Amino acid sequence: MALLSRPADQSRRGVTTWFRSGGLSSIIFALPLVLTFLYFSWGPIVRGLVLSFQKNNLIAAPEWVGWSNFSYVLTDPQLPQATINTLYFALLALIFGFPVPLFLAVFISELRKTGWIYNVLSYLPAVVPPVVAILLWKFFYDPGSSGLFNTVLGWFGLGPFAWLNSSNLAMPAIVLEATWAGAGATAIIYLAALTGVRTDLYEAAELDGAGIWRRVWHVTIPQIRGIILIMLLLQLIGTFQVFTEPFLFTGGGPDNATTTILLLIYRYAFINGDFGAATALSVLLALVLCVLSVVYHFLTRRWSTT
Amino acid sequence: MTSLPITEQVAGTGEEVTPAGQRKRRTVEAEERGIISTADRQRPLVRYGLPTIQVLLFIGVVVAGVGPLLWLFKSGVSTSQDILQGPLSLWPSGIQWENIPNAWNQVQIGSYLGNTAIIAIGSLVTTLFVCTTGAFVLSVLRPKWGPVITGLVLATLFLPGVISLVPLYLTILKMPVFGWNLQNTFWAVWLPQAAGAFNILVMKRYFDSIPRELIEAARIDGASNLRLFTALILPMSKPILGVVSLLTVIGSWKDYLWPLLVLPDPKMQPISVALPRVADTTEISLQMSAMFLAVLVPVVLFLIFQKQFLRGVGMSGGIKE
Repeated sequence: MALLSRPADQSRRGVTTWFRSGGLSSIIFALPLVLTFLYFSWGPIVRGLVLSFQKNNLIAAPEWVGWSNFSYVLTDPQLPQATINTLYFALLALIFGFPVPLFLAVFISELRKTGWIYNVLSYLPAVVPPVVAILLWKFFYDPGSSGLFNTVLGWFGLGPFAWLNSSNLAMPAIVLEATWAGAGATAIIYLAALTGVRTDLYEAAELDGAGIWRRVWHVTIPQIRGIILIMLLLQLIGTFQVFTEPFLFTGGGPDNATTTILLLIYRYAFINGDFGAATALSVLLALVLCVLSVVYHFLTRRWSTT
Repeated sequence: MTSLPITEQVAGTGEEVTPAGQRKRRTVEAEERGIISTADRQRPLVRYGLPTIQVLLFIGVVVAGVGPLLWLFKSGVSTSQDILQGPLSLWPSGIQWENIPNAWNQVQIGSYLGNTAIIAIGSLVTTLFVCTTGAFVLSVLRPKWGPVITGLVLATLFLPGVISLVPLYLTILKMPVFGWNLQNTFWAVWLPQAAGAFNILVMKRYFDSIPRELIEAARIDGASNLRLFTALILPMSKPILGVVSLLTVIGSWKDYLWPLLVLPDPKMQPISVALPRVADTTEISLQMSAMFLAVLVPVVLFLIFQKQFLRGVGMSGGIKE
């Protein structure tokens, strides 16, 4: 008897000590997190992987189709164009959007009393809701000779340009707006990094006869190299998933010149109703971005420890 | 979920601006020494070149930062004819103040702004609730299964938002187990917003920095877990609560794709979704005044709370280190 009752007794005592030590309240406190993540984070990720192997249009019952979604997506004639466009967007965003904030930040950090004005003013575009900014710039890019940009360029005898209606100019025009919207925020990040630059090194560099530019190049930039690389990666991850700008500016046109991969995913899912193909392409894009974000993670870890 | 959660959020906190104090400290240092030394400042090239660059840059920043906003204001109170024919001339047909009340009434900007506010506040409540309780478990209560949850949350940080866009949409259409359809309810925006790994990890990191002795002392005084949470941890975490709130509100104010997908009912749409939709059917002058009203709120808030804004966002920078 005694032998038999002991385990039950022990486990009951186990339950009570577990209860007393806060085991139950741990579970209650963890419930909101676990439930929201199950439904809106972990669940959808797993479901995305499953969906990419299924045929699903919400009407008929989903059926397994193996790799056919992937082969459909990879052989879609629109994909090469969309990939090139996305890479082109990323490249242009890098060319336009990379030096401007860096220059702005280095310059602002040299201003003693008035730096904050530049700070606030250059951050203003980031406060404008992106949708409003896009609609506004869309109007600025009016292709007629009375369009705002064409009027200004007309003063110098240039244009009129077709801007968003031209398949050559549409993407640079979109990137220009995106740079305008993002430069201030990026500059502020660099500015924060610049506060950590060791100023005594400037003294040493100057004694060694380094001019201002060489001091910027050999002292300032190497010290914020970490944050520069991180911003580069973040920008790449962001630009690979660009949607709102091409969607609202051009809808992917003219001649698919601004169709990005995310726009293609949107069309598959919400216009064609082919959720399988849409998730298959999402998974492929996510794989590429995963590599980038793993690199990002290890870089931030390495740089935050040093 | 925004279409790019990792980037947006990290970049958001990246605005780890100079907190006011830090900036002051830096200026003091800068007065001692910057890239340009006092000796440099004597050289004529620097002496005249620097102010020139400064003026040019100032003009550039004003034109880029304030110019579009002023233009938007100008156009918001112009006739459509004027906007189209002379985008840079100042009111050839007189100022049309009535555009603004017209936009408010005809375009119903008021109700869209109201929806935006409801979405922002609701997202804020759900996000704070989930990330404080979650971080409390993972950081303070530390059950045996805690590290597993932390790992799973951390793992989602690696995955770009695009992978869950479509399945998340399907989840909203029909919630597994319950079978509810959340489309056209604000919950469809509020709840996915709360499942942000970044907020939880930042919050956990902050809770980790609260001295354990304080928690032990409260335990010895007989505080229950609930009391520990509401009377000790939350009051001590005001700065991080401010940062997470700010980032959440900004994020939901800017979001476009997700509310577009899950709120097809025009009566529930936030301003960012409604504006492009009404743009095709509204005359250009009302469109401009509607856009002006949509910009006014965030810009005024930014200018008023500039200091708190920069300090608050800057604080998250300190946490990340």
